[in-house]
Amino acid sequence: MKIVNWLLLIAFGALLIYGTTGLPNRGDAGAGMHSTRSLVDSPGASSFYIRNALRDAKTPNMVTVILADYRGFDTLGEETVILTAGLICFLVLRRRKKPLKNSR
Amino acid sequence: MLAYKYNPIVLTVSGAVSPFIMLFGLYVIFHGHYSPGGGFQGGTMLAAALLLIRLAAGYDLAQLQFRRIWGTPLGSIGVLIYFGTGLTAMLSGGEFLNYAFLPFPGLSAPELRSLGILMVEIGVGLAVMAILVAIYDDLLEEYPDD
Repeated sequence: MKIVNWLLLIAFGALLIYGTTGLPNRGDAGAGMHSTRSLVDSPGASSFYIRNALRDAKTPNMVTVILADYRGFDTLGEETVILTAGLICFLVLRRRKKPLKNSR
Repeated sequence: MLAYKYNPIVLTVSGAVSPFIMLFGLYVIFHGHYSPGGGFQGGTMLAAALLLIRLAAGYDLAQLQFRRIWGTPLGSIGVLIYFGTGLTAMLSGGEFLNYAFLPFPGLSAPELRSLGILMVEIGVGLAVMAILVAIYDDLLEEYPDD
């Protein structure tokens, strides 16, 4: 069985390495993801953010502008998820004051 | 009692270090839109400062600093701060979470957006800090003497 695990591991690793051959070079300004129009001719989001973040929000940190302004709804949902996780932890782990009736 | 139960070296060093961790966490929250950082990162640092005291001083003594019962309400308040910022913009005539419509006179739209970003980051930081400490306290509930 170990040999199967190793074969699967090597196969997936090889697949990932093969996938990297399709990536653009680091820092390539001509890469498709930097274009104002995507490969299917729709507006490119990253190019829009790069060109407009400082002008729209007067904030040098572009990441924070995207996280809290352009994608504000997404971050609101993320924060609600964190609160929900805390509530679930509380409900699951809280100590019961009295033993359950008819407990076996 | 304290001398027999707690390591005084660990307690003293933790007590000295914790305020600086808190200060750095606050810096990360409030400066997060000018340099790398923000509410999520700063909130975890604030929680780390509180959890450090819990680990060093024990559960009961640490309650003097941040009581367990405060965790979930503070988390809810953090989410309400975020939601309230968006709601304020909507009540002022704009769309939900469009900070350009926040009701602060004399500021241009980009400046209002920057201010709105700061407000929501404060809400996120508060929620993250409170929930992390609350989760720790819930996990520790079965071992009240530690």
